[in-house]
Amino acid sequence: MTTIVIAILALLALAAGFGALLGFASEKFKVEGDPIVDQIDALLPQTQCGQCGHPGCRPYAEAIAAGEEHNRCPPGGEQTVVDLSELLGREVLPLDAEEDADVGIKKVAYIREDECIGCTKCIQACPVDAILGAAKQMHTVIADECTGCDLCVEPCPVDCIDMLEVKPTLGTWIWDKPPGIGKKPDNLIPVVNVDPVEA
Amino acid sequence: MNARIPATTVPVGQYQNPRPIHDFRGGIHPPQNKDQSTGRPIRRAPLPEQLVLPLNMHLGAPAKALVSAGDRVLKGQKIAEGNGAVSLPIHAPTSGTVMAVGERPIQHPSGLHAPCIVIAPDGEETWTELHPLTHWRECAPSMLVARIREAGIAGMGGAGFPAAVKLNLRDGQQIEELVINAVECEPYITADDMLMRERAEQIIAGIEKLQFLLQPKATLVGIEDNKPEAIKAMCAAAEGKSMDILVVPTKYPSGGEKQLIELLTGKEVPSGGIPAQVGVVCHNIGTAVAIHRAIEFGEPLISRITTLTGDAFTEPGNVEVLLGTPVQSLLDYAGATAERIGRLIMGGPMMGFAIHTPSVPIVKTTNCIIAASAAELPAPPPEQPCIRCGSCAEVCPANLLPQQLYWYSKTEDLERAQQYNLMDCIECGACAYVCPSNIPLVQYYRHAKGEVRQQVAEQQKADKARERFEARKARLEKEAAEKEARRKARLEASKQKKSAAPGVDLAALKKASLDASSAYKAAVKALKAAETEGADPDTVAQLRTDADNLKAKADGAKAAVRDAKAGGASVADTGADKVAELKKAVGEASSAYKAAVKDAKAAEEAGAENASELRSHADTLKAKADELKAQLRDAKASAPATAATAPASKPEKSAEQASSEAADRAKKMKALKTAFNMANKQWKEASASLERAERDGADDIDTLKKTVDKLRFKADKAKEALNVLVEEAKKNIEAASGSDLKTLKLEAGRAEAAVRAKEKELEDAKRSGDQENIDVIYRERDALRREATMAASSLQSAIDEQGLKED
Amino acid sequence: MAFITVTSPHTTQTGNHTGAFMRQVLYATVPGLAVLTWLFGFGTLINLLWAIPVALASEALVLKARGRDVRFFLADYSAVVTAVLLALAIPPTAPWWLTLVGVSFSIVVAKQIYGGLGMNPFNPAMVGYVLLLISFPVEMTRWIAPHEAPSLMESVQLFLGSTSADAFTGATPLDTFRTWAGDAEKLASQAILNGKLAGQGWDWVNLAFLVGGLYLVWRKIITWHIPVGVLAGLALTATPFWLYDPVRYGTPVFHLFSGAAMLGAFFIATDPVSAATSRLGRLIYGFLIGVLVWVIRSHGGYPDAMAFAVLLMNLSAPMIDYYTQPRTYGHKAAHRGASR
Ligand code: SF4
Ligand code: SF4
Repeated sequence: MTTIVIAILALLALAAGFGALLGFASEKFKVEGDPIVDQIDALLPQTQCGQCGHPGCRPYAEAIAAGEEHNRCPPGGEQTVVDLSELLGREVLPLDAEEDADVGIKKVAYIREDECIGCTKCIQACPVDAILGAAKQMHTVIADECTGCDLCVEPCPVDCIDMLEVKPTLGTWIWDKPPGIGKKPDNLIPVVNVDPVEA
Repeated sequence: MNARIPATTVPVGQYQNPRPIHDFRGGIHPPQNKDQSTGRPIRRAPLPEQLVLPLNMHLGAPAKALVSAGDRVLKGQKIAEGNGAVSLPIHAPTSGTVMAVGERPIQHPSGLHAPCIVIAPDGEETWTELHPLTHWRECAPSMLVARIREAGIAGMGGAGFPAAVKLNLRDGQQIEELVINAVECEPYITADDMLMRERAEQIIAGIEKLQFLLQPKATLVGIEDNKPEAIKAMCAAAEGKSMDILVVPTKYPSGGEKQLIELLTGKEVPSGGIPAQVGVVCHNIGTAVAIHRAIEFGEPLISRITTLTGDAFTEPGNVEVLLGTPVQSLLDYAGATAERIGRLIMGGPMMGFAIHTPSVPIVKTTNCIIAASAAELPAPPPEQPCIRCGSCAEVCPANLLPQQLYWYSKTEDLERAQQYNLMDCIECGACAYVCPSNIPLVQYYRHAKGEVRQQVAEQQKADKARERFEARKARLEKEAAEKEARRKARLEASKQKKSAAPGVDLAALKKASLDASSAYKAAVKALKAAETEGADPDTVAQLRTDADNLKAKADGAKAAVRDAKAGGASVADTGADKVAELKKAVGEASSAYKAAVKDAKAAEEAGAENASELRSHADTLKAKADELKAQLRDAKASAPATAATAPASKPEKSAEQASSEAADRAKKMKALKTAFNMANKQWKEASASLERAERDGADDIDTLKKTVDKLRFKADKAKEALNVLVEEAKKNIEAASGSDLKTLKLEAGRAEAAVRAKEKELEDAKRSGDQENIDVIYRERDALRREATMAASSLQSAIDEQGLKED
Repeated sequence: MAFITVTSPHTTQTGNHTGAFMRQVLYATVPGLAVLTWLFGFGTLINLLWAIPVALASEALVLKARGRDVRFFLADYSAVVTAVLLALAIPPTAPWWLTLVGVSFSIVVAKQIYGGLGMNPFNPAMVGYVLLLISFPVEMTRWIAPHEAPSLMESVQLFLGSTSADAFTGATPLDTFRTWAGDAEKLASQAILNGKLAGQGWDWVNLAFLVGGLYLVWRKIITWHIPVGVLAGLALTATPFWLYDPVRYGTPVFHLFSGAAMLGAFFIATDPVSAATSRLGRLIYGFLIGVLVWVIRSHGGYPDAMAFAVLLMNLSAPMIDYYTQPRTYGHKAAHRGASR
């Protein structure tokens, strides 16, 4: 009988001790993380395209934090879904994008300036104020600021805005990832560039 | 420090290094393949049909073109200028005409095109004027550095870093060792080897200039031991000069800047840092020659030595070639035909890059062109799984774990890859060279490094986008708020108008206007009647003037109504409204409080549990009531003041404007009346609330009393002002009417008639039961009556005052 | 004109191929195999010849099932190496089914299920060995007394299971020592313990594997770190205990030249896939294997311990790697154990 009592007492003492220790540690070493919304927002691509159904990335981040599904960001692609799943400890969901949506291709808006009638509709649509111009004057896109959200395409009454794929430049070009185990490098026979000097 | 070794007399095999050298970790021993291209002396490459000069031949910002298509340029003329601190100018390699400034394929593994200046040589090689600095030892170092920069000299070893940048010392910076790179560790390349064999004096002369500029404590020239002839030539040329020629064992990549520095000085360049941080500056011998020529002869960098090698060349060797010469021209010159070439490499086999097309030009950094058959450099076999054998780690000169970098690069775990110091990889290719699984390790690293850079750029862009989005949101919100505020103000204004409309002021004005117009109509009628009745012309004329006067009066009244409408109700109205509102709130709050107190008491008596809660609730309510009361007080204090000042602000009389005088006066009077009424009303209300307060036993009775007094005073004042105005008006009427007794008589008579006519109309309306009409007619009749009375009284007073008696 | 535009380096060491790499390992086992055959008959050789096709067949089957290029992956010889190492480790008296079970388990479960070559966290041959040791302890501990080798015919019969192995078996030196440890008289009277260096015959086996291992080091197939680590770990742990009580604990030399010490140090612990990867990491990894071998030999329930020691250390290899990153050029200190 006494042994049982002693055992129980010892266990209780241990539990109390460890509990105190843990409590102390959790207070002392508390990690002051960013609020979850900021962390989510940091993972979203900041295209501000609204394809998730929210007026911008931050509102969507707030919605995700509030429990909305985290797979509604086509510009972010699968990677963003995976990253968010990791952050939130949620299941990795398939990306919720339209079938033909060319996910992951970087685009930039381009205004065919001689067709532009200067209606300012696109300026109002741009979520990041990347379009310059005034009423009755030709507008132009600041390509560096354009997030490629394509929100300006729809409002244009004369359809003079194109979404152009961003072509790699010397500064942005990077080597392809090798094809992987068991595969021959695919640039053994390259597409011959048409040489403007010869052409 | 002299070259301590009488080099010429010591066979290379027994060459004794004048100071101990160190070793660097890792490294490999690939087959040298150097003999192919050392058989022939350096030849001059032929002048090609056109020269293509990319604007970025160097590391850093691309140059800015100074010429355009059609310009004639001379050999050595500057055709593009440096753009920023880390950039270099470009010079015309020969005389000729600029054909184009446009995109051409350039020296880049991507095969992308970039802006180039294309020159068609005229074959005359006419030099531009050159400015040699033969007495360079007397020149200021900064001037020499500027000259080196202006000569467009980039590091000729491979990276193409602007040489002048490395020569700009910080103030007080001491360079311990000047390391001259003559190692040329990559297989196949012999450009430096041949340069040393043939032009050792020029190299030494260049090194002396570097020494002059940097004042190093020691100058160390590193040469690999596989170049005995070059060592001999260099030792001969360096005899008596203060520099050490150090022979290093052949091991790739001993020619890498960091590796050579470690090899010769034992120092490590810190990660992400530059050699100068450890007191070392490193230059290539090709650069030394270019510096020598730029200073001694004033020649800019327009040509370089390039090795043509690989089994596709029938005549491999080294050529001195003008920058901008297309590779194709060299292939033709040294007998390499397209069919034989499987791979065309610019640079060495370990770190060079395969070019897509032979139209790519030779640039400042092109030390070698390898045109290899598929047999010599076969296509790489497919990648096999990494067996973590560690061979790669054994040879890595940067002491990385290439197998781990591979793993993380492959799985795109960039964070881990960076943790394993991916960015410290010098892309030497030693790991891929030994990998038994034929993994293109370097490509993995390049891809991952690119991804890292891209990620950084994207992050920056995303941050910017976020900022801009937030700024826009803030802007939109502000705009919306402003709009809302404007809308509210408008709404408020119209509400006030509405509330003012039934109010005393506007109503009175309207009435006045109505009266005036009906008087006018009556006058017109009388006039017409007189005319039809054939009254005497005098009377008719008189009636007409009268009618005109009345019309003006009516117009004035209308204008007054308009003004009142536009100006909105006076502030007093708002104040009053607010006070009324507040009062109501106070009343409600205090009754709620009382009820709460009652409840609480009842609860206490009954001993209910929630008594204290109820009491605290009552307290809250009391606080609320008090607060509201205080507000009410404030509102009251401010409302009468405005009410009083409002009328006081417009008492000016405009006697000159005779036509609108009446209306003006009327308006003023009405306004004053309103003010009085308002003050009066407020006073009454205040007294009422005082009474109530007394009844309630509120604690602010004194304040309320004071308010009441104040309001009384205000009301009295308004009354006084009104009286004054009335007096004034009377006087005016007298003054005006006194002049024309006849008019007054007529007016009075007509007014009587009008009243009668209206009364008749009223009777009719009453009979038809048109209630709305009746009201209007009533009002019109009253106005006419007043008019009539006024007319009669003014007639009377005029008669009285002027002592005129009616006949 | 179409040129190859792959990334640099444009040239690699001639003969780079995982298969070539693995073949070197196979060549290096020849001396050991020869000595085993000389001492214990053809059993090992027969089992080895049987194990290779079993390994290739099971690998091919799984590759096919996983939709991989069978020829490409078989050409890396890794299955053959696994088969050979397992065949060298099991007793020469092993019947065919023992080898079959062991090899196919090694290939299918310990290697392919983890994703094939390069992905397996455990040494496949040792996983197979341990499976057999636990499941068939009798068959797995029946060694032949040296120089009493069965004839070729008998070996075939043993392999086919048509003869009982009892007639040939004798205890190994490690077994014997375990049995009589603490009894000086008995120990001195055991013939098997009185070989030139260590146990009779077994010193030759270990010498032969040492030779093969040195060949591997010379050919740069392996670095010296793991074998030196293992042997040092074993010897350095054995020495003080032996000094303390020579009757109870074997001499360091006895430990180094008995059982699978050399085979394990040079061929098994060095399996690069499952070992630690940096130099320091490999030294530590090897050393701890050596210590574990001694501990299990002296205090565990099994006479030899290489397989257990290696598997245990396989488990800790990632952690060792994590804490032994080398100092990169230009860095002040290594990123040891740096976390995110
Ligand atoms: S050399 Fe190749 S196979 Fe060996 S560890 Fe490095 S990457 Fe892996
Ligand atoms: S390429 Fe990078 S990882 Fe490979 S050996 Fe060179 S420095 Fe090391």
